[in-house]
Amino acid sequence: MKRAAILMLVMTACAGQSDPVIRVSAAASLTGVFTQMASEYTTTTGIEVDLNFAGSSALREQILEGAPVDVYASADESNMQRVVDAGAATTAQVFATNSLVIAVPAGNPGNVTGLADLERPDLLVGVCADGVPCGDLARALLEAAGVQASVDTNEPDVRALVTKIETGELDAGLVYRTDLGDSLESIAVPAHPPTRYMLASLTDAGGDFVAWVRSERGSEILRAAGFGAP
Amino acid sequence: MRHPRALWLPAVLGLALVGIPVVSLLVRTPWSRLGDLLGSDIAVQALGLSALTSLAAAAAAFVLGVPLAAILARSRFRGRSVLRALITLPMVLPPVVGGAALLYAFGRRGTVGEPIYEATGLVLPFSPWGVILANTFVALPFLVVTVEAGIRNLDSRYESAAATLGAGPWTAFRRVTLPMVTPALLAGTVLAWARALGEFGATVTFAGNLAGRTQTLPLAVFVALEQDRDAALALSVVLVAVSLVVLVALRDRWWTGR
Repeated sequence: MKRAAILMLVMTACAGQSDPVIRVSAAASLTGVFTQMASEYTTTTGIEVDLNFAGSSALREQILEGAPVDVYASADESNMQRVVDAGAATTAQVFATNSLVIAVPAGNPGNVTGLADLERPDLLVGVCADGVPCGDLARALLEAAGVQASVDTNEPDVRALVTKIETGELDAGLVYRTDLGDSLESIAVPAHPPTRYMLASLTDAGGDFVAWVRSERGSEILRAAGFGAP
Repeated sequence: MRHPRALWLPAVLGLALVGIPVVSLLVRTPWSRLGDLLGSDIAVQALGLSALTSLAAAAAAFVLGVPLAAILARSRFRGRSVLRALITLPMVLPPVVGGAALLYAFGRRGTVGEPIYEATGLVLPFSPWGVILANTFVALPFLVVTVEAGIRNLDSRYESAAATLGAGPWTAFRRVTLPMVTPALLAGTVLAWARALGEFGATVTFAGNLAGRTQTLPLAVFVALEQDRDAALALSVVLVAVSLVVLVALRDRWWTGR
């Protein structure tokens, strides 16, 4: 009797896949907006959403290695392109844009006034790592401006970079304007082509969440957080 | 003695759980290009930095850890078990939590880091010193636990005999205790070094990631996994090989402390 009960329990646990859960892998810079969207989506539909935030390139590797993911949202086109090329997604669409600013801790202790200040060796400067969209965008921006930044750390994702600026360990860093929050001050940088956020559903189950992100309410949440329209 | 048959299945599954990933890593490794990959600038810098910082951390763990182990093994005072729990905490703490704690302690705005910075201008994060500090933090308990077990297993009558022959506590410790626990000292130091070599979470959180300055082997592997898979695999093989050599050389010394 007891054995049968345990067996039943195991079988229900295994059959748990039929419980609707949508697994979403999203770029770290989408942490705030996707958390809000997922929570509203669950309230409306009763379907749970599992969120996985990391650098777009780390998420891409997980997907290419076969991680079960229903929706992928990357902070650039090249990471999404590789997922599409590998056949993991058929179509992808731009759903938001974002651009960089220089973020400094409250009070701007390093007296940063513009991009050229990032060359100062006395400042502790951070950017995102190569291959992470915010890192690629930062390198393109620095190159276009002819600035040789004296970089002290290449952080694995934008949230890690923001944390180090917030705690005052870094004097300045190039982050998305949507990542500033309340505790950071921003300094404008020269106009640059924004990064385009791409969204794709990798399974049938993901299609509904993609539609929700693209809905009027989804766009409203993105706009309120400072993202640009596609 | 024959083992009960019921033990075999879970035992084999356990072995497979650890063995299959390691073998899979080796299967994917581009052996023919290994030399080229390990000779790249990024790889050479990471290998050099890792060698330097892990050895420095092992040395620091030895200097700080042996006295700590001796006191824990031979003294009786209230709160000793709390102290021992505290010192072994980095063994079980998620390294990224350790890194954050180090930032709040030794960062430029940290409890200790801020006065140091204001007095000397020295900044520990984003420097090789920060890597050594993070490595020592995670490696120290491995040395303390191993050496403490070694000293505790030692019959304290040797030290008493030395004392009756006129040796002061320092002489007895240096001439009697330490030589008799040489294997534990060796095992503890090597384990601490191997742990430091593999350190990732505390390092990236506290010291950041910059090639040639704070990008150790594990960080280089992490970054390369998303950029150049073959390079990541080549560096991983180095880490696997070093770890295996260390563990085989130590055999069961770690567990017995002698």
